[in-house]
Amino acid sequence: MVTASASPTDAQLQETEWARLMRATQGGDRAAYERLLRSVTPFIRSLSRRYCHNPQLTEDVVQDVLLTVHRIRHTWDPRRPFSPWLAAITARRGIDRIRRDSRIARHEVNDDLALETFASPAANNDSGALRAVEAVEPLLAALPERQRLALEAVKIRGLSLAQAASESGQTVAALKVSVHRAVKALRRLVGTDERPMESRTLDDE
Amino acid sequence: MSERSTEQLIATLGAGLAPVRPLPPPVVRALLWLGAVALVAAIAIARYANLNVFASRNAEPRMALECAATLLTAVTAVVAAFHLSLPDRTSLWRYAPLPPLALWIVTSGFGCLHTGLGLGPPGARFGESSRCFLFIVLVSLPLTAVLFGVLRRARPLEPLPVALTAALGVAATAAFVLQFFHPFDITVIDLGLHLAAIGVVVGLAGLAGASGPRLA
Repeated sequence: MVTASASPTDAQLQETEWARLMRATQGGDRAAYERLLRSVTPFIRSLSRRYCHNPQLTEDVVQDVLLTVHRIRHTWDPRRPFSPWLAAITARRGIDRIRRDSRIARHEVNDDLALETFASPAANNDSGALRAVEAVEPLLAALPERQRLALEAVKIRGLSLAQAASESGQTVAALKVSVHRAVKALRRLVGTDERPMESRTLDDE
Repeated sequence: MSERSTEQLIATLGAGLAPVRPLPPPVVRALLWLGAVALVAAIAIARYANLNVFASRNAEPRMALECAATLLTAVTAVVAAFHLSLPDRTSLWRYAPLPPLALWIVTSGFGCLHTGLGLGPPGARFGESSRCFLFIVLVSLPLTAVLFGVLRRARPLEPLPVALTAALGVAATAAFVLQFFHPFDITVIDLGLHLAAIGVVVGLAGLAGASGPRLA
């Protein structure tokens, strides 16, 4: 009895195509190489998800695998199947990624709230910075809103008079008057007669 | 990293593609390396060794078995190293040299039972054994460096097992060649120093494999 031979499965067809493209790649065929890399990328991505559940890290592994394939493409034996070779590279890079991430996690702490400061000990004295903020905030809150917003825009956020005026909808002249009055009010609140802040700000503008 | 940057990477890799020649099968590369070493060793043995002494030593079956086990350890370890340097070869190759290594140690151990500690006149035998230690280490280190250079062509993804297996192969090769210049049966001190020499070579190779830059 003659039986029909089984038609090649999709996986076998894919393996055959990949092996053909890889042989062409080893011969220097750039078009075949790009076609191969695009074709294997979903396969690599799917395997990489076993090691990285974060999509961004998965893509890191995918790109690492593609770079490794490029560097060691001469180690694939054309007489052997291509998929196991590619899968082994992907597994190795996935494991390397896990080890690297756990090594980093053991030695580093990721703090989104950490702020950069100067290197000197005084600049890294958080208690001093906190005390300064705590001292100024009640003073600013005591100002009329128009003056407070003008002072925050020009003196704290560092906008130019033109930018601050545009943002607040005032004219530059009106903004200058608001800043001037805010500084006078703060001076009265802290009990000092010095005028260095005001003269620097208005002269520079 | 986004899929878009992956697409850009593919375009970059494609643009930079150059043809490459696939490496020969690992067995072929291993035999070529072993053949080159055998040629050099044969020249040295023909020039400096006493083949009559070697032949009379190996007339005893245990000695012949020990000699064969040393050679088999060297060959299997070098072949294993070439296989391990490739990504799609089974990692079980790292265990291939262990059975002949065990046979080598066992047969050497029986030799020690026969000859004892071998201390002899104070310092004399230890002096001979220490020369064996130096022979194995000094022959192995440059050979290991050369073998590492050959194995680097495959840019192994796991350098450490490759380095350890390669070093064991080279040290066993040196120990095998030593037998042509070893005028007496092995003693406990000989065995200890031989194993110590192999340990030094493998340990140094392990450090190199573990701390060296990733090759691929």
